[in-house]
Order: sequence, then structure tokens, then C-alpha cells
Amino acid sequence: MEETLKIVVLVKHVPDAQFDRHITGPANTTDREESILSELDEYALEAALQLAEERGGPKAGNEVIALSMGPAGAVNAVKKSLQIGAYSGVHLSDDALAGSDAAATSLALAAAIRHLSADGRPVDLVLTGMASTDGETSLIPAQLAERLSLPQVTFASSLEIAGGQVTARRDAGPYSETVEAPLPAVVSVTDQINEPRYPNFKGILAAKKKKITSLTLSDIGVEASQVGLAGSWTVVESAEARPPRTAGTIITDEGDAGIKLVDFLAAQKLL
Amino acid sequence: MANALVFIDNPGAALKKSSLELLTLARSLGETAVAFTGELTDDVAATLGAYGATTVYRPSTDELDKYLVGPKAAYLAAAAGASGATAVLLDNSPEGKEIAGRLGIKLNAGVITDVVGVEPDGTAHKSVLAGSYNTSAKATTPVTVFSVKANNVEPSPAGEAKVPATTTVEVPADAVAASARISARAEKPVSGRPDLSEARIVVAGGRGVDGDFGPLEELADALGAAVGASRAATDAGWIGHDAQVGQTGVTVSPQLYISAGISGAIQQKAGMQTSKVIVAVNKDAESPVFEIADYGIIGDLFKVIPQATAEIKKRKG
Ligand SMILES: Cc1cc2nc3c(=O)[nH]c(=O)nc-3n(C[C@H](O)[C@H](O)[C@H](O)COP(=O)(O)OP(=O)(O)OC[C@H]3O[C@@H](n4cnc5c(N)ncnc54)[C@H](O)[C@@H]3O)c2cc1C
Ligand SMILES: Nc1ncnc2c1ncn2[C@@H]1O[C@H](COP(=O)(O)O)[C@@H](O)[C@H]1O
Repeated sequence: MEETLKIVVLVKHVPDAQFDRHITGPANTTDREESILSELDEYALEAALQLAEERGGPKAGNEVIALSMGPAGAVNAVKKSLQIGAYSGVHLSDDALAGSDAAATSLALAAAIRHLSADGRPVDLVLTGMASTDGETSLIPAQLAERLSLPQVTFASSLEIAGGQVTARRDAGPYSETVEAPLPAVVSVTDQINEPRYPNFKGILAAKKKKITSLTLSDIGVEASQVGLAGSWTVVESAEARPPRTAGTIITDEGDAGIKLVDFLAAQKLL
Repeated sequence: MANALVFIDNPGAALKKSSLELLTLARSLGETAVAFTGELTDDVAATLGAYGATTVYRPSTDELDKYLVGPKAAYLAAAAGASGATAVLLDNSPEGKEIAGRLGIKLNAGVITDVVGVEPDGTAHKSVLAGSYNTSAKATTPVTVFSVKANNVEPSPAGEAKVPATTTVEVPADAVAASARISARAEKPVSGRPDLSEARIVVAGGRGVDGDFGPLEELADALGAAVGASRAATDAGWIGHDAQVGQTGVTVSPQLYISAGISGAIQQKAGMQTSKVIVAVNKDAESPVFEIADYGIIGDLFKVIPQATAEIKKRKG
């Protein structure tokens, strides 16, 4: 029997990309009105659930904790994660967190992860998505590893844990690499790693009984001045909506569309 | 005057165009040094000098490549300290961004990724939310770390070539502690076509190519283009995952993007909608790709694409 794992999955509440997304307010922050669980974080959650299930699930003592940092609404990303299958949830929320950049976000998340290790059972694995679908910077996993002094195993397209060792495949760069690190580690996964499950009716009912812990900055020992706009190291000075692309000429092929296409390319000096 | 530091990681026999772009941009910010890893050939050293680098830093160990990200960030932090740089520039590859992220924490420096331009005062320009906003951002810290997207700066040598001094930077002894080790590494197969993220023209195919990328490859070769794909096509195994354009693939911004048999889902658009000119071929007039196409053809790609290829070959003689 494999050793059991305590896994924290980082889930972000992000504006739904199916709608128009907006930047608003004096600090040019993203409008989070129509938000959902970042779909790339579903792959991290699925990876966590599979690792825990291979080890006997919650009964055997595995933990899969979904952690989200964000305003009140972000609790919905935690709830959705519980419906999909996370065993418990944590929502880190504080007015002072508003406007945090990657440096401030990673500081707060690192403190929250340390806090979750302080109950006597240290976290073995921090799992994240490859990027948030709003920020898309992929900075958080690397910055968390730096702040927690843990190995980073990022952009994993496959993942195995055995004997306290993570082995992953990474295809992000010009190479295809096998990467190894001892636990505890920070691991981000790509959308190639698995096929995330959907919440089913049973899962939705079960989620209602699962525990969500609310944390504020004072719970995790972080000062207001270290996060939010005050603690951020970058500012967005201006944001301008790009005029949406408009449709151009649309033709129906009548047997010569290939020729017309070349005429178009020639006229645009693209040949 | 400000100092800039450019990170150039294992270039091999010649510097990539994106490195020349970084050097050109760095020069506009201040006196430029390079933090280099890998073998420094005479040719590469001469190019660094021609692009205005006054100092080339090299790590005290050749172990960096055996580990993921962390030790390279530790080396770069040491080089930044030695050079007194206030701007550090890296390429915008996944690894470049991750090194930038960790470097930011080490140096207490703001990190700005996906940068397309930097003003002399350090204000960076980038586009966010899948190309729907243009923003300008600035670090509030003494040092700024920028990861810069390819193809946004015209590379140009310095007016006066320098002969850079080479200096070894001591990599901290604990740099490899708490780092993941790379236990195997295989070079990915190369296609002989231009690199997708840097290509001037991209020809991309989706589920509509139905397993046969042949016609698109022929068009790509007639145009000197790179070949891209939707996730439906890469998931089906018709073409390698490296060809995937979109949110979880490569982001491209070419002069011309030809989309064939791709419906234009939001995740696909996220990777290509800042292309200069978009051409779409799709047999379904209702496909969302037509909403962003400059030139749309409602038709069968297996008829339209080969006809266009033949016509291009005819005109080019
Ligand atoms: C987390 C996540 C990440 C994703 N990341 C990406 C990504 O990075 N990139 C990406 O592309 N997708 C991505 N997707 C998938 C995306 O949502 C779409 O499913 C995908 O882009 C669809 O590919 P397609 O347009 O080729 O296929 P379809 O949507 O099936 O469209 C095929 C099109 O081909 C047309 N067609 C068929 N036959 C012909 C013919 N003979 N001639 C002309 N036209 C024809 C059809 O009319 C149709 O419009 C992601 C999805 C998720 C959930
Ligand atoms: N506010 C947040 N709350 C929880 N997880 C987050 C948050 N921000 C980022 N993450 C995690 O970090 C990953 C990478 O995000 P990013 O670095 O913003 O692209 C995401 O896929 C999440 O798993």
C-alpha cells in the first residue's frame, strides 16, 4: 500500500471566457462578475483525486483540499471543486487582498499553505493548473516553489508518485523531459495530463456536507501591507479595450475560391 | 545610466532571433550585460559584442541544465547582483517566464510577462485577456524583470561593436537544493519549417482536415509558413502537440494566419486573434471563426486549399 497523501489543490475563480471580459476601476483590475472555476485547474483537481484514490481515498487518510484566494464570490470555485470531488475546501479572503499581483498572491498562498501544514500533518503536494485563464502568467507555481523552498515540477503532462518521489513528464520547451523531485513539491499540470470528471448528482449532494474553512490574513499571519495593491510590485497604469475584430469579406466557394484567396493575399502583399 | 541584463540560455552555435531582439531592446534601456549559460563560441561572443553587450557573465558550474528552473534563477540573481542591473530581460518561453517569476522573488522585483515593448522609463506594454485589452504596466520596485514575446522588436546591431569582458559568477552552493532534477531529456523532432511562434505566416488545420494535414503542409511550404493546429487535431494525434495554437498551446501573432477546418472556439481564438490578417476556410457558414476573419471562404478545404497552393506555385513560377 502506498503512503497516503495530503494534497492542496489551488483553484482560482476567474471571469468566464465565454463572455466579454472587462478591466475596470482605478487599479485596472479584472471584473469578476461572471466568474467560474478556472477550467485549467480542473486538471489539477483530477490529478489530485486520482492520486488520492489510488491510495484508498479519504477513508485511508488521504486529503484533497481545494484552496482558493479571492473575494467573496471565489467561494464558488471551492464549492465547485467539492462537487467535483475535493474532500474539503479553504477560502482565503480579505479586503486587503484586492488587486494583488503575482508576487503578493504567491506570498498569501504560501502563507496559507504553511498554515495548512501547521495542524501537525505537513502538506505533501501542492497541485496547480498550468496557468490561470485570466492572468495567464504561469508565475504562481514557480513563485510558490521559491517562497516555500520546495522543488517545482511544472507543466507536467504526466505524473507519478512513488516512494516519496514525484516523476513527471514535461514537454513545455524544445525538449521532452523527465523530471524528478522528492516530496513535498509544487506541481503544475497541463491539460494533456487527464480528462477531468464532471460533478454528478451524488457529488453535488455530498458537497453540501463537506467542510469549507474561511481564512483571513490574520489567520495566516500576513499583514495587510504585504498584499493587495500596497504589497504588489507591479501596477497596471492603463488598460485599453482593443477594438473587437470585425468580420471582413466572406465568400462562398463557387469553384474558384482558391484563386480568389490568392488574389486577396497578393492584394495584401502577403505572397 | 540604467543597466540592463539579458538572460541567454544555451543558444548553441548561433543566437536565436528572439535573443537578438532582447539585446536590441536592452540597449534602449541602458548599458547591456548578458547572463549566459552553455558553450560560448567565438561567433556567439562576437554577435553579443556586435549587439552592444559590454559584459558576459557565465556561471561557475555547468550543472544548471540538470535541474528545472530554480538553479538558473539563482544564477541569474547572482548575475543581476554583479551587474547592478535595474532591468532584467528574458524570453517569454514557459521556462523563461518561470525563471522570471522566481528571480522576482529573489530580487524583490516586480515581474511583467508577455511584454511586447518597454519604454526607457520601464513602462511595459502587453495585451491581456486573450488579446482583448492592451495594457501598460510598471514595477514599483528598483529592479524590474521582463519576459518579452518574440517578434516585437526589429533586431539591430549597436552602432559600435564592443568586445565584451567575460566574468564568472559564483552560483550559490545551495542553488540546486530543493530543485527538481531532469533525469532524461529528448530533443523534439524538428519539421524543417519555420518555428511556429516566430513564423510570419501560419497555416493551421482542425478537425475538418480529418486526419490529412497533407494539403495544408503543401500550402505552408508554398508560402514558407509554419503549420499549426487546433486541439481537436492534436488530440486526435494527426499532428504533434507542439503544433497546437491556443490557450494551452502556442500563442501566435503572425502577419497571416490561415485557418482551415477550425470552428474558432474561444480557446483557439485566444492563441491567434492578434494575427495581422486572418483567413478562414470552413464549410459551415455559422462557424464563429468567420466573426474574426478578414477573408472568409465558405467551402470545402480539400478543394480550396489545393487550388490556392497550385495558383501560388503558378504565380511564383
Ligand atoms: C481547457 C481547454 C483548453 C483548450 N485549449 C485549446 C487550445 O489551446 N487550442 C485549441 O484549438 N483548442 C483548445 N481547446 C478546445 C476547443 O474548445 C475546441 O474544442 C477546439 O478548438 C475545436 O477544434 P476544431 O475547431 O478543430 O474542431 P471543431 O470545433 O469540431 O470544428 C471543426 C470545423 O471544421 C469544419 N469542417 C469540417 N470538414 C471541413 C471541410 N472538409 N472543409 C472545411 N471545413 C470543414 C466544420 O464546419 C467545423 O467548423 C481547449 C479546450 C479546453 C476545455
Ligand atoms: N487566487 C488564486 N487562488 C488559488 N489558486 C490560484 C490563484 N491564482 C493562481 N492560482 C493557481 O496558480 C495557477 C497558475 O496561475 P497563474 O500563475 O496566475 O497563471 C492556477 O492554475 C491556480 O492553480
